Amino acid sequence: MIDQSIIALLLLVNLRMFATSRVDSLVRCVAAQAFLLVCLAVVTHEGSLSWEAWTFLSVTGLVKCAALPALMTRALRSAGIRREVEPLVGYRVSLFIGLAATGFSVWAAEKLPMPAGAADPLVVAVALISMITGIFLIVARRKAISQAIGYLAMENGIYVLAPALAVHGPLIVETGVLLDVFVGVFIMGVIILHIRQEFRHIDIDRLSELKD
Amino acid sequence: MAFFLLMSLLAYLLSGAGALLKGRHPAWGARIVPFGSLAASLFALVPVVYVLAGGSPVDFRASWSLPVGSFHLHLDQLSAWFALPVLLVSPIVSFYGAGYLRHHDRPLETDACGFFLQLLAGGMLFVLLASDGLLFLFAWEIMSIAAFFLVVFEHGDDDVRRAGWVYLVATHLGTAFLFAMFVLLGGMCGSFDFADFEGLGGVPDVVFILAVIGFGAKAGFFGLHVWLPEAHPAAPSHVSGLMSGVMIKTGIYGLLRVMVLANDWPAWWGWTFIGIGVISGVGGVIYALVQHDFKRLLAYSSVENIGIICLGIGVGVFGIGSAGPVARLAMAGALLHVLNHAVFKTGLFLGAGAVIQAVGTRDLDILGGLQKRMPVTGLSFLVASAAICGLPPLNGFVSEFLIYLASYWSVLPQGFPSVNLRVGGFVVISSLALIGGLAAMCFTKVYGTVFLGEPRSARVAGAADPEPCMAVPLRIVAALCVAFGLGGSVLMLLVSPAAARIHPLALAASDTTPLRDAALFYLNVTFAVCALAAVAYGLVRLRGRLLSGRAVRTGPTWGCGYPYGTPRMQYTASSFAQPLVVAFRSFLRTELGGDWPSGYLPGPSDFRTHTPGLFMHRVYMPVFAAFSWAAGWMRRIQHGGTHAYVFYILLALAAVLFWSLL
Repeated sequence: MIDQSIIALLLLVNLRMFATSRVDSLVRCVAAQAFLLVCLAVVTHEGSLSWEAWTFLSVTGLVKCAALPALMTRALRSAGIRREVEPLVGYRVSLFIGLAATGFSVWAAEKLPMPAGAADPLVVAVALISMITGIFLIVARRKAISQAIGYLAMENGIYVLAPALAVHGPLIVETGVLLDVFVGVFIMGVIILHIRQEFRHIDIDRLSELKD
Repeated sequence: MAFFLLMSLLAYLLSGAGALLKGRHPAWGARIVPFGSLAASLFALVPVVYVLAGGSPVDFRASWSLPVGSFHLHLDQLSAWFALPVLLVSPIVSFYGAGYLRHHDRPLETDACGFFLQLLAGGMLFVLLASDGLLFLFAWEIMSIAAFFLVVFEHGDDDVRRAGWVYLVATHLGTAFLFAMFVLLGGMCGSFDFADFEGLGGVPDVVFILAVIGFGAKAGFFGLHVWLPEAHPAAPSHVSGLMSGVMIKTGIYGLLRVMVLANDWPAWWGWTFIGIGVISGVGGVIYALVQHDFKRLLAYSSVENIGIICLGIGVGVFGIGSAGPVARLAMAGALLHVLNHAVFKTGLFLGAGAVIQAVGTRDLDILGGLQKRMPVTGLSFLVASAAICGLPPLNGFVSEFLIYLASYWSVLPQGFPSVNLRVGGFVVISSLALIGGLAAMCFTKVYGTVFLGEPRSARVAGAADPEPCMAVPLRIVAALCVAFGLGGSVLMLLVSPAAARIHPLALAASDTTPLRDAALFYLNVTFAVCALAAVAYGLVRLRGRLLSGRAVRTGPTWGCGYPYGTPRMQYTASSFAQPLVVAFRSFLRTELGGDWPSGYLPGPSDFRTHTPGLFMHRVYMPVFAAFSWAAGWMRRIQHGGTHAYVFYILLALAAVLFWSLL
């Protein structure tokens, strides 16, 4: 029951990420997404959690819901952006793509051959939706910061996919990945600042001089 | 015996590496390549001579860690025969090269040149020894890539870089066909070992077509020859000699090696060879005649000689079916021409190199009068030129004699039932005669304009014979031309087992008497030549005696009674070839240009001819332009934006997921 409502909430958050034009709202969404995913991991876990697992989960939750969004917000403030004005794909179309992606994910999750002991296909579906959301943000948004958020959303999806597929000891691996993501976002913040100072914008589609 | 082969390969490799790692001993480094080459040749000559003299083939297998193929070396009569030019020419060329590059201003690149020269020579030997499809391709690539680095030695020059690319593209297009051929054979036979290819996997015709294109690109069949006239002028002269004299023969070797494995040779194989031979021979020599560039001319002449070899093989293929001596004679002629062409073409390129180094230009039209200034070079070049024209006392005659003999046998009304043989024989005789005549004209032009007459420009004035380390190899090559010519009988007997190896079913069974008869007959030529030489020597002595004590006055060659004579009035290479340009205008498409004299008192005028390569400009460049256009269209997907690339990844992943779930 609880896991069903978390999944429903996650769906809504993902759709919001497809549709919103405000970048600070995107950051809040990705934080909320992370929080819900950590909750989902706790709820769907079979048996009682050991104290190590609690530690890993809480560290993950802290980094994903607090540290990374805080970094993002700082980068946002220093770059002086509030909303994505000219996305490569419009918001209404984005919403429809989000709906299609949801349908595709549910269909794929039903069809995917699952290992024994795997979780509810809906959990897999919501993981897939999160990943697609992330990739979509990378592809369809112009600002570098939206892209970084896309990477985070994708990472969130992967984070929940691992326990859902009952991979052995996923939390430890995920914590390692988390460190990478943290460093990545940190560097991204610095780079965005530098791009901003150099070019007076952070539109990545105009950074194509080095294509050959 | 396998030990000697491995030692030889090792000597090439070590001396090549030694040239790179010689450190602070330039004098020592200049010697390591030639002496390494000499050592490698001596090592390998032991098994090669052993096998040619009738010993059993040398076989060597070693385990290697690759999942496919095997390290299998095999030296039989055929590969031993083709190894002979490699072992003979590579030391000569490397001694010459050490002198040729001694005064080069970039020592590091000279070292690299030595390294790649050893890699090329060793690679060629490796190609001949490899008895496994995969190993063969390895060796083939080593050889081709080493040659590429040698071609782009003077890479500061745009033309040289362009020539290098042309060569690289051509050789790899050829290799692509070879890949297809070996993969097909490997798939059909279940193994890459040559021993398992017996019968060519049941698809001999497909394999033959792939082999003709793949090996033909290396051998320089007309139509696939476009890299030769580009790469040979660009490479240093000794490298051109090795490439043109020896490397292109690996193409012929590969083709024969594949044919040996077939059970039966259909008649159309013979026609293919005769067709290629006629087109390459006549086309090559005509294009050679109209060139102004010394080395480009020699490159086209190589195409011509490959044509002669193909004519011999073609007659040989037809001869297999008949009981007479035709097949053995023709194959022996073709194989002998492989060796002979290696010798005299190397001599010509070395001579050209000496001239180019002394004068600093490859343009035939501004040379002249070099015989007096460079007597050693001139004489060696004369000998090699006479040899390439197939004139009697020299080695070119021996092989062409055998091919002629085979062709005459095939057309004699002795009751050969094969119509193919009759018609093929006529075609070969007539085209060989045409090729021989045109080749004589071509080399008359070269020797005449470069070495005879008066210098056409001031550059020639200071020219002198090269230093001994270049002059001695030149003399050796000229001496080899004469020795192989006089000892033609011995060569004929030597080539006999190799020729028999080409078609084990038919030729090994046929007896050796025809070649022995030919060898005995050829002794007449040797004796006649020796007698003539004695007479000529006597006449020279007589002339010396008559002239002794008298004053001898020498004057300019081009006197002719003109009061205002200038050497520029001499026949140039272009004017010599002009009748031919007119006669073959529809084929050559020579571009004429310049300001022609007009009026009663014409002012300064000039005249230019340029003969672009037909295949290069009419076939390959349009095709490559079309490819380039298509590739340019494909470049649109290289958008430059990161999101586009992520989108491609997304598309690919979604497609894969979708496809696997359906």
